[in-house]
Formats: sequence, C-alpha cells, structure tokens
Amino acid sequence: MADEKKFAGYICTGCGIGERLDAGQLETTAKQDGKLAEVKQHQMLCSKEAVRMIRDDIANQGITHLMIAACSRRAKVEAFNFPEVALSRANLREGVIWLRPQTSEEHDDNQETTQEMADDYIRMACAEVKYMTAPAASGEQALNKTLLVVGGGVTGMTAAVEAATAGYPVHLVAEEAKLGGVWTDLYQRVPFRAAAKDVPHGRDLDLPQPEDPGIEALAAEIETNDKISVHLNAKVTKTSGAPGRFSVDIGTESGGATTENVGTENVGAIIQASDYKPFDANRLPEFAYGKTPDVVTGFELEKLAKEAAGGPIKRPSDGKEIQSVAFIQCAGQRSEKEGHLPYCSGFCCTESIKQAMYFKAQNADCDATILFDDLRTPGAAGEDFYRSAQQAMVTFSKGKASEVAANGGLKVKFKDLILDEDTELDCDLVVLATGQVPNVGPDPYAQLAVEEAEDEEEKAKAQAILENAPPSILNLDYRQGTDLPQLKHGFVDSHFICFPYETRRTGIYAAGPVRRPMDMKQAVEDAAGATMKAIQAVENAGQGRAVHPRVGDLSYPSFRKEGCTQCKRCTVECPFGAINEDEEKYPLFNESRCRRCGTCMGACPVRVISFENYSIDTVGQQLKNVEIPDEFEEKPRILALACENDAYPALDMAAQAANSGAELELTPWARVIPVRCLGSVSLSWITDALNSGYDGIVLMGCRRDDDYQCHFVRGSAIAAERLSKVGDTLQSLNLEPERVAVYEVAITDTKRAPQLINDMAETVEKIGMSPFKF
Amino acid sequence: MTEVVATNETILVVGGGISGMTAALEAAETGKQVVLVEKRPYLGGRVSQLYKYFPKLCFPTCGLEINQRRAKMNPNLRVLTMAEVTDIKGEKGNYTASVKLSPRYINENCTACGECEKAVAAEFDDEYNYGLGKRKGAYLPYHMAHPQRYVLDPAIIGTDDAQKAKDACKYDAVDLGMTEETLDFPCGAVIWATGWRPYDAAKIQPYGYDRIANVITSVEFERMADPSGPTGGKLVRPSDGKEAKKVAFIQCAGSRDRNYLLHCSRICCMASLKQCTYVSDAYGEDADISVYYIDIRAIDRFEDFYQKVKGIEQVKFIKSKPAAVVADKDGNPVVHGVDTEGYKRFEDTHDLVVLAIGMEPSVDQDDFPVDIRINREGFIEAGPQGANDHGGVFAAGCASDALDVNRAVQHATGAALRAIQTINGAAGVEG
Repeated sequence: MADEKKFAGYICTGCGIGERLDAGQLETTAKQDGKLAEVKQHQMLCSKEAVRMIRDDIANQGITHLMIAACSRRAKVEAFNFPEVALSRANLREGVIWLRPQTSEEHDDNQETTQEMADDYIRMACAEVKYMTAPAASGEQALNKTLLVVGGGVTGMTAAVEAATAGYPVHLVAEEAKLGGVWTDLYQRVPFRAAAKDVPHGRDLDLPQPEDPGIEALAAEIETNDKISVHLNAKVTKTSGAPGRFSVDIGTESGGATTENVGTENVGAIIQASDYKPFDANRLPEFAYGKTPDVVTGFELEKLAKEAAGGPIKRPSDGKEIQSVAFIQCAGQRSEKEGHLPYCSGFCCTESIKQAMYFKAQNADCDATILFDDLRTPGAAGEDFYRSAQQAMVTFSKGKASEVAANGGLKVKFKDLILDEDTELDCDLVVLATGQVPNVGPDPYAQLAVEEAEDEEEKAKAQAILENAPPSILNLDYRQGTDLPQLKHGFVDSHFICFPYETRRTGIYAAGPVRRPMDMKQAVEDAAGATMKAIQAVENAGQGRAVHPRVGDLSYPSFRKEGCTQCKRCTVECPFGAINEDEEKYPLFNESRCRRCGTCMGACPVRVISFENYSIDTVGQQLKNVEIPDEFEEKPRILALACENDAYPALDMAAQAANSGAELELTPWARVIPVRCLGSVSLSWITDALNSGYDGIVLMGCRRDDDYQCHFVRGSAIAAERLSKVGDTLQSLNLEPERVAVYEVAITDTKRAPQLINDMAETVEKIGMSPFKF
Repeated sequence: MTEVVATNETILVVGGGISGMTAALEAAETGKQVVLVEKRPYLGGRVSQLYKYFPKLCFPTCGLEINQRRAKMNPNLRVLTMAEVTDIKGEKGNYTASVKLSPRYINENCTACGECEKAVAAEFDDEYNYGLGKRKGAYLPYHMAHPQRYVLDPAIIGTDDAQKAKDACKYDAVDLGMTEETLDFPCGAVIWATGWRPYDAAKIQPYGYDRIANVITSVEFERMADPSGPTGGKLVRPSDGKEAKKVAFIQCAGSRDRNYLLHCSRICCMASLKQCTYVSDAYGEDADISVYYIDIRAIDRFEDFYQKVKGIEQVKFIKSKPAAVVADKDGNPVVHGVDTEGYKRFEDTHDLVVLAIGMEPSVDQDDFPVDIRINREGFIEAGPQGANDHGGVFAAGCASDALDVNRAVQHATGAALRAIQTINGAAGVEG
C-alpha cells in the first residue's frame, strides 16, 4: 500500500449544497475531470456515521488520497481529521453557495455560474491532492532534552532552575566570574506582591516593602542542583545545528582576550537571557554626572546601599551622612535627544521608590524627593508599593529636571509641572534613574544588509553600522547572521502581541530585559515562559513537528539539487534563517529550524523547493485545472491567492455574514486558493495563470510595515517585493498592469476582502478579457 | 452524558480567554493532556471583544484564528464550553475537579448552517456586544466563535421558538432535552485563568454612567469601533445616534481609587490612547479628543505609541482626575474638574465620554476551591521567586494581576511550565 496511490472523493450535500448545486454534476466532474475512481455523496459528511464511512474506506480500501468537497477547510476540522492520508478540501459552502446570491429558489439566474464555480473547486481539489503526499517526520533529530541558558543574571538563573525543576538538564553559561550578572549589586528588590487580603481597604497596614533580592539564594540553589552545569567566565563561541541538535562551543576567557574552548555541548534548545546593560550616564553632562561623585545612577546607588548594609548611606564625595536625596526620573530616557533612550525602561519608577525607601528606612528625617513626569507603577503590586512610599513620606513632585549644579552641595533645577514654575532643590545626593540597554549581539539583518547592498555607498553604510555593533552573544553559525533579529531600539525578537515568544530563530528564545525593558518580577516570569517554549521546542523537534504557528506540521521543504542554480534567494529570504549553505554552496535545509511557511519555495526561481503537501504543483495544478471559458463566453476568471490565516478566514466570515443576511457577495469569476503565506507565492504561478488565460489575479497577504501582522514575519513583505517585479512579466506578455493586484488584507476585512476581488472583476470588464485563452 | 478522559497527569485549565487558551495550548503542544474549561459558549474571552490591540493596532482575531486552529488540531486538548469548575479536591498531583456543564441545547451535529437562527423570533441583549445590540434566541455568539456551534438561550426553552429551532435543523443538532450535568474527573495540576471583568461603572457615581446615555465604558467603545459590531463600526452617541466627534476619555475610572479599585489596571492608558486613534481615524480634523489622566502609564516600549498619539493634533492631554460628569439640556456630557498642571478649573462639553474602566479580577476571594494566597485587590499571588506555595494550582494572566495581553500571554506560558513541573515531578519524569 505504501507506494500505491489510491484516490477517493466525498461530496457533502448538506447545509444547502445539495439544494443549490447539482451534486450529480459535481460527482461527474470529480470522476471525469478529477480522475477520481471512487466518489461518494453524503447529506451530512461531518456526521459521525459519514466520518466512520470515510475511516472505513481508508482502512478497507487503502485510500491514500482524499478529496472532501464540503465546507471551508477551517470548519469541521476535528471531523475531517485523517492525518494518515493526503487531504484536500473543496470549499463549496462558504466559498461558493454562501458567497453567491440566489435570485430565487425556483429559478436561480445565477445557477449556471455558481455551478461552474463549484465544479472548478472540485477540479482544483482533485488536482491538488494528486500532487500531495501525507507528510511524515524525517527523523532528522532525536529528543535532546538538555537546554542551554546564556546569561547568569536573575533571568538566566531562573530559567535554569525552572527547566531543571521540569526535569530538563541545563548548561548555564555566564560571562562573569560569579552568578548574578547585572543584578549582582542589588541591595534589595522591588516587592513582587501587593498588600495581603486581610489588609483593610481604606487603611494601609502591611504595605509591601523592599525585599531581599533573592540572588544569593538562587545562585546557591543552582550550585547544588545536579541538573544544572554552570560555566563561569564563559562565552558561547559557536552555535550550530538546529533545535533538537544544537552543537554549542563554550569558551572561557583566559588572560584577557584569548578564548579557550573548554567544551562542546549538544543541546535541544537555547534561552538567551543576556539581560541589559546600564545606560551610560556620561551622556548626561547636564546632570553633572562625572563632574561630582555625588551624582550617581540608580545602579550605582544599589552598590552604595549594599555597602551601607542598612546603615546610613554616605555621600561619595566626603562620606557625609545623606540628609536629602533627589531622584531624577526618566534620566536620558523618553527623550529624542541624541544618545538618549527614546523608550521608557519600565522599571525605574519602582526602583527609585524602593531606593527612596532605603533612605527613609534608615532615617525617617531624610528628605527623599522623586521628580517624575508620569509615575509608572502599574498593577496591584506596583500601586501598593507607590502607596507604601507615600506612607513612608517620600515626596513625589511632578517636575522636569533640566540641570544639576554642583557647587559644594547639589542644586537640582527643574520645572514644577503642577505649580507651572521653574524652581530648584538643594540636596546631598542626586540619583539618576537611568535606563536599560538591551545586551544583544549584532542584528543579523545588519549583517545581511552588507551582502545585499545594491551599491558601494549602501554597502559602506551597512558596513559602518555593523562595525559599531556589539560582539555576538550566540555566535550562530547561521547563513543569516550570528544573533537573534532585533526589533526597534535593539530589543530582540517577538513583535506579536498574542505570541510574545514567537522567535525568529526557532528553538532560541529570548527572556528578560533583552526582550523588552522590564523589572525583576517580570524577568522572573519571562524566564519561566521562555523555558516553557524551549522545552516545547525540544519535544517537538524530537518528533519532527513544527512549532508555532504551524504547530505539529510534519511537512518540511526538500529540494532537487540538480535543478538548483545556487542563486541563494532561499537562504537569504527565509524569515527564520533556517537555511544554511553547504560547502558546495547549495542550500542546506534544517528541518527543525523551519516554520513551514514556504517562503523559500516562493523565492526559488527554478522551482526546485517543495513540501510533501504544499508545492509548486499543488497550487500550480489547481490553477491549471480551472476551466477557462473562451473569450466569447464573457466569463472571466480571476485567481485570488489568499493568506490562509487572514485573508482566507476574512472571506469565510464574509460568507458567513452573507448567509446570515448581510449584503455581501463574491463575483462568480473568482477562484480562490489559500496559501500558507504570501511569501510562498511563486512567480511561476502568476506567469502560468496569465498564460492560461486568467483575466486578473488578486494577491492578499498581511500587513507588512513596521507593525507587520504577517505571522511569518517577513513573508508578506518579501512577497510584495518579489511581486513588484511582476510588471515585467505583464509587459512581456503585453498585458495591462492592472491585471495583477497585491493587497494587504486583515482578518477583519470581511467586507473588503470580497470587494477587492469584485473590483478586479470590474477592472476586467473595463480593460477586456485576456487574449491568452485557448 | 459528556465524558472526559483524564488522569492525574492531566492539566486542568480554568478559563478559555487568551491566557487560558495559551496555557492550555502550550502544555498540550508539549505533549501533556489538557482539559480546558470555559464558562462562555466559546473560547477567546475578552480579547475576542476587542477591535484592535495596542500598540500595533492589529486585530485580536488574527491571533485568535491561529489559537483556534491550534485548538482544533491538537489531540491532547479537550475543550469544555459552558462549563464551570465548582470544586477542586485533593492535593498536588492528585486532584479531583468537579465541573458543572450548562445545557447548550445544541449538540455536536451542528454545522453552523444558521437555519435555527432564521427560524426563531425572540431577541435578547447581546452579551458579546455588552448589550449594545440584540441577538436571536438561537445564536452563534459571534462571527468567529469556536467551537463553531450555535447556542439556544435558556429563555426560549419551553417556548415556540425552541420548537421552531428544532424543526429548522436538518441535522438533529437541537436537543431540547439537554440538562445541566456535573462531571468529576482527576487532574494533577490546575491553571487558574479566569481573567477579569470590567469594573461596574455605575458604582462611580460622579461620572453618571447609569444616568447619562452618552457616558459609556471603554469596553463598550471597543465594540462600537468594530465594523462587525453593533453600530457597524460607527462612533456614535447612544442617546441620538449622532456622530461622536468630541470625545473625552477619563482615565483611572474605578482604578487607583480608595473608593473603588485600589490597583492600577495597567491597560487603560494604552487602551485610551488606542481609542484616540479610532476617533481620529473616523473623523480626522473634525475629531476633538481629550484625555483626562493622572499619569500616562505607557510603560517601556509602549512609550513609542504614546508619542505617536501625542503627535495627533486633535488629541489633548489634561492632567486631572475629573470631579464629575453632568449632562446638559441637550444630553451632552460635561466634564468638570481641575487641570492640576497650573490648577485651572475646567468645564468641558463633549459628545461622548468614555470611561477607561478598571479591571477587576474574576477570582472569587471568599470561596476559592483551594487554599491560595489572594491579595486585597483580589488577584492570586505567586509565592517567593515565582515558585508556588499553593500545591499544584497556579494563576495565569489577569487572575494574577492587571496585565495587558502580551504580559498575560507571557504569564500564562510560564504557568503552563509550572503545571508541567508538577505533573513531571509527580510522574517522576527524569531528564
């Protein structure tokens, strides 16, 4: 049975399909044009009985390829779940009858074109399934449960402990000589909790106070945990492989710059917990930083507090006990000035509150003033901690500091925003609430930019950016660069609100302030989340299954080496950096790095890349099997390629709304094919469609700007760039440029999505039918 | 009878909003058996009622589509809707959960063909639209509801409508004999992801929510902005349907206030900034938007979005906690207060006032099924170092604190890990 293909088709006549369409005709089409030997009809194909019939047919007749013509592929997924066979679905309900109006039940003027639409969807589904095989895992990697955690701060330590607690061994690599990282000097931490349940609403007893930072305890826990191997003074010097089979070289610093390789470890997944670097306060001369030791950053104050160990905090310049302290919030932050941070670091308000309380706890008469613009203490714990400081008589002043003058004492000049006047404040010590700078390596796209530069000037510019980049953290041996891709402001990775861990380097998860500025409580929670994803990546890689967003997908790209021209498009365009180049410069696919979007397939000009169940043929044959009526019939054909996550569901929901009475319809000339991502669209499909007489083509992908919504990150953007060259094809065929349109479509575009296709029908009416009909 | 296959290695997730869905899916996709229990007839929770997310202004249904697909495809996940956990007995690694299932009166034969909806007559307030619109007694809770299965309102049972719905169904999906069921099944760890509810705006008496038609809440405004919502996406005044161009957002409505909620609800600043863009997108130069705030808490990278909205000419920010909203003779809401930057008294007339309503945890403080640490704001606290001291019960998302979607999902992902640690620990799984 293994090699023999056996096809069967099932047509549902329920939900009005049987009433609106000639099911006998559909069956004939499936048999004659679709070449299916066996086709059955059922009045409710999703019923238990019908599903059992299909299962029995698979078991008894050895069916390997299944065509189901019923509702949308998004509906009744649980019922039509036959993972052991190749399956295509013709969308007759949402795709045809719900989107096509019926003029009357007795005599439907639209019957002919509606039936033609349905017949085409049957032909398309039959053609599609013929070129599919049921995907199976490659076995490219086994289960490797060991994780690598890079970073010895609170984030990294937490991740290591969390993983070990779940039963997964860890290699923890820390640059420093001891664990604690950037958090080592913390005297106390901002409390993680709010006031307890029994604290009366109107009274503020037992408000949260600064807590023990817990860093030493965490480090001690790690040292005794036999599942965690700690590598101190160490760096990752090379990372190669893929989830489930990463090979990591760990080197230690010996005598300055030389790095000695101390071992190679095999790990299944990686957590980058490289935390942050404190903002360089030397960029704040207006606040006299560097001019007097009595202006310190919040990070430096922690050191002073730790040294004081609960005793009076002394002024650095002369050791005088501090009687007054001013905190300048947003120092060098939320500012567009050169060298400043445009963002808010999110942790400084509560940090300053905590530090003001250090002074108050030691000496209630010490004046502690916090100059803020917006005090940002969100949540229950945040607001209660703010209250706690108010109770401790910390002064909060809404004011914007402009200058610190150091003449003997310190004078902070600021604008009091409440009194709307310029004023000043004398104090012994000024604390600058400076921000977090993500501790990242160079952006891989900065690295690729050098290679992809179109002229020398651009190249030099790209080179300059790269030269100023920090040293690599992961040293990935990846075609697309050494580190995780960055977002705005240099923070790494996920741009998705619903999916904060959707990394662009599969199996490598960023955790803590390297991802987004954050406080310790959030870093600890984030470490747990990233560990969860790392464990999941390991488990799925072991089974050859894709991770998010095509979770569980076993298909993966393969390529015909003999056809490959080594053009590198696939290795450059893969949004996940999944493809390396081998020694002969052929693409080297890494199954477990792949997210199965098909962008490589769309990129390949010689069409040698394919998935078992998604290929140039599975789509190409669909569009070729649509019946193209000749020019004189005046029945245009419009091909719509729609992203399966947004545009296609939008069309489905338009259909649903139409079925509930909304005035929505789709032109009967449309033939819609869902694609994994617009990035997977091959220009050959466009050329083939134009050559076979389609009159118009509509491509619908996701938003692609800085706020991109493409779940394959760059897929939609890459497609748009690729398709910008489609004009040449049109020109060479002597066709009007209006015949191909590319749109960004969101899932909410239930009215707009069908309208865009209808617009193309109107365009065709204006400019005339394609001359390429045979 | 509904049956649930579960063992003491099963993870129970209570609540099917974005946090519960995330926790359930992350665990199930790691190979664990999960039962997800949701009170509503569909998954997605409050996120499904949002039009856009801040700061990207992307659509929650986009991620929901992915999450729903994940749920449909995963054999390790069992979803129970219209279900509520009534009790949890036992201890870490060995619990018994009791779940009450309310009758849906529609079984799994339902194809969502919509014939029952066409057949019935009576209409009810649509809870998905916070009562801003109507729905039938046989209904799909909203256009993307998963499971994609209709519901009969219990109020039509015993009326002609019930029979009409039954007669209209060709697939034997209407089961009028369905009754409430109680299920008991084992589980080893529990994730509590019951989310939040909007604070009762009527309690904030000075703002007149219960008296003035043109004072609405931010969650209602969200439904109004949605093109598939009750007004077709038009921003209008509830009193007379006129365009609402001059809109006031009152921040901390119920939050950071000793009279109401003590905590900062975190999302409201960003939500109002986002909603400023709705008004500005709808009315362009004719928009006139005022944000009354105490602090704009556009924390961390959200600052970019604050700056972007600040750059919209039609938006002004007034540092003030308004004292009162009163209606003038034309039904226009007038906001009274003092601009604390310079102490200037104001009295501003608007077309519509939107209360940036606070987030109240949906955690029953007084009757929680297990011994757990709940803070005075009603959120479930984690133990020291993020570990737990509640045995095998873990909060996820807004049951733990006022969180935005991104942070809730992060938190829920971590909660899934804690549950797995519990299961693996109990099962003695070794690395």
